[in-house]
Amino acid sequence: MSFQVPKNTYTGKINVLKLGKDNTGISVGGEAALPFYSFEGEIPNKPIIAIEVYDTKPSDWPQVVSKYYSDVFDDPVKWAQKSISEYGADAICLKLSKINPDAGDMSPEDAAEITKTVRESISRPLIVYGTGPMEKIAEVMKKISEKNKDSNILMGWVEEDNYKTTAAAAMAYNNNVIALNPLDVNIAKQLNILLTQLELPADRIAMDPSSSGLGYGIEYCYSAMERLKIAALMQDDKMTQMPIISNIAPEIWKVKEVKENEENYPQWGNQEERGINWETISCMSMLLSGTNILVMRHPKAVNIIKEFIKELL
Amino acid sequence: MALSGLEIFKMLPKTNCKDCGFPTCLAFAMQLAAGKVELEKCPHISEEVKEALSEASQPPILKVEIGAGNDSFVVGEETVMFRHDRTFVNQNAFAVTIEDDMDSGKIEEIIKGVNEVLYERVGQILKVDAVCIKNKSKSIDRFLKVAGDVATLTKKPLILVSSDPETLKTAAEKFKENKPLIHAATADNTDLFITLGKETGCPIAVRGKSFEDIAAITGKMREAGIKNLVIDIGSRDFKDDFYNQIILRIAAIKQKNRLFGYPTIVFPDEMTDNPLKETLIASIFIAKYGSIIVLSNPSHQNIFPLLVYRQNIYTDPRRPMQVEQKIYEIGSPDENSPVLITTNFSLTYFIISGEVESSKVPSWLLVMDVEGQSVLTAWAAGKFVPELIAQFIKKSGIVEKIKKKEIVIPGYVSQLQGELEDELGDGWKVVVGPREAGEVPKFLKEYSA
Repeated sequence: MSFQVPKNTYTGKINVLKLGKDNTGISVGGEAALPFYSFEGEIPNKPIIAIEVYDTKPSDWPQVVSKYYSDVFDDPVKWAQKSISEYGADAICLKLSKINPDAGDMSPEDAAEITKTVRESISRPLIVYGTGPMEKIAEVMKKISEKNKDSNILMGWVEEDNYKTTAAAAMAYNNNVIALNPLDVNIAKQLNILLTQLELPADRIAMDPSSSGLGYGIEYCYSAMERLKIAALMQDDKMTQMPIISNIAPEIWKVKEVKENEENYPQWGNQEERGINWETISCMSMLLSGTNILVMRHPKAVNIIKEFIKELL
Repeated sequence: MALSGLEIFKMLPKTNCKDCGFPTCLAFAMQLAAGKVELEKCPHISEEVKEALSEASQPPILKVEIGAGNDSFVVGEETVMFRHDRTFVNQNAFAVTIEDDMDSGKIEEIIKGVNEVLYERVGQILKVDAVCIKNKSKSIDRFLKVAGDVATLTKKPLILVSSDPETLKTAAEKFKENKPLIHAATADNTDLFITLGKETGCPIAVRGKSFEDIAAITGKMREAGIKNLVIDIGSRDFKDDFYNQIILRIAAIKQKNRLFGYPTIVFPDEMTDNPLKETLIASIFIAKYGSIIVLSNPSHQNIFPLLVYRQNIYTDPRRPMQVEQKIYEIGSPDENSPVLITTNFSLTYFIISGEVESSKVPSWLLVMDVEGQSVLTAWAAGKFVPELIAQFIKKSGIVEKIKKKEIVIPGYVSQLQGELEDELGDGWKVVVGPREAGEVPKFLKEYSA
């Protein structure tokens, strides 16, 4: 018998989001097929990996991952540079933990300054996430956008109740925003509608559907993302065509199954390899369901995921 | 080709006798079309119609049972491409490889490891399902000996792999009571495996290099009445096999092509020598349509995350996962430790217990059965309300464990505070906790200070 290989048909396409200045820029998105289904449609840009960099030394990382960064913990610039040159990060995801009123209440000016310093010291695009109350994050992002004009920074995040300040600042200074939704396709769409009604161009938006890690609700995340991608590609729903970012690393490295050592839990096996598996399986799950940008932590997990992306595309 | 509900309805007696348990023949037909009931439920249809319908009412991917007795498992019966479309039905099986040229000490060690893999999570037991014995020695005697040894060391079903049909024939006859999966029939020996299948009743894996190859074998088997088949279209290159699994699933589900409507087997153990990569490849086939996934070893750090991922992906999206209603001890709480309450939606439980744990404040966590709903949903549905919460707290036995009658409720239901205090009476104090789980550690540190 001759077998006609069946194919899905696609009517839509993911937006192309440009990150970084022209000389150091990377594009994500643009695909016209389900993740890795390159036999069905064009996937012009590979998913990228951003490695996390914090503005302060993290206190709760398990030793099996902190040991790779402990020499640079007190310097975000060195941390970012090491993540790129030694661990192969495609981008840096700067986490501003000190802006939180409970953790230092750093001023927007200082936060913008750190962001600028890190950005100027690396040859890769920058993603920046705030922490703490949304009002503070918005103030900080406004300043960051102003101080990093025309840099195509990706700024996280905006929510349904708090998007105007950050979106306006992104528009005014040519940066991008991350739209957060709680694993909810309808809220994701609603927020994209609000943002585009503000006249923020659709190709300046990435969606963060709130990542959940292996064993802690990853299936909800998987299905929410798969539904977003299907709506975007098969139903040509413009308000779901934004690339997806998965801020997954913190969800991996805080759980018991990764933090406990083998002495306490012999039935869970070697802690470091277990942690790497926990991160790679979670990341691959995000990739298979549609993420375009992964925020990762363990260098060996980064290495394996990079290799798999390359092999599958 | 599967029939629609209406097409099936036309062939039913149309008497609405209700003997099948459904109010009308049409309702029964619809359920049949959806693959949710067995045709046997209707006692009134003729043999002729039965034959026509039983074919049509089969799920697009047939159910295949591997092994016999309590430890057997079923794969297949899948009906959708995406889990959110309904659910994935029968979780994939994991098998661990034994090569028959290993020495007996090594074999014992691996089987011991396989048997030891046992985790309980959200009320389910997670374990390895099968042992895959490969005839690497090329010796029939050695193969039979090792298979016999393994069968005494574990009750888990066997997958018997050899490139020599005669070896497989002898092995299938010898172990037919155990219903092992026989791997594999190919295009040039299909007839032999048809005989083998008829005589032993063992499930058979069919191996081909292309979709055409597979269809030729499954077609021939099907004509001969052999349907408990598993497809191996592997090139042992994971990119190829990723593609193959997807195409097979689309062909079976969307094209309703019966020639591809069988469970599949994949061999990550033969795709890489790196255990971390093998684990990741296996995880890809959990999400993307592998039915039996063969691994090189049962190392805990590799198998544990895979078993958890399988449980996650195969969770029915229509039914929330629930945890048991009880008092959970986090850390080692004592009579002065905080008491918190939440609902038994598994995700709620996991997230809250994780945050309590990371706070390092030993606590009592009361988890109340609200049929697996989250806090707000359960409150809206009238299941997480003061009267019922008070009943649960009183019956839980928490008062015997603590000195101070004080309980923390989720911030999203702060409005319950006063009424719950009234319902509890007896000097109870109700404290409003944070709205978001992420704020729990900070709250607990301050609260317990």
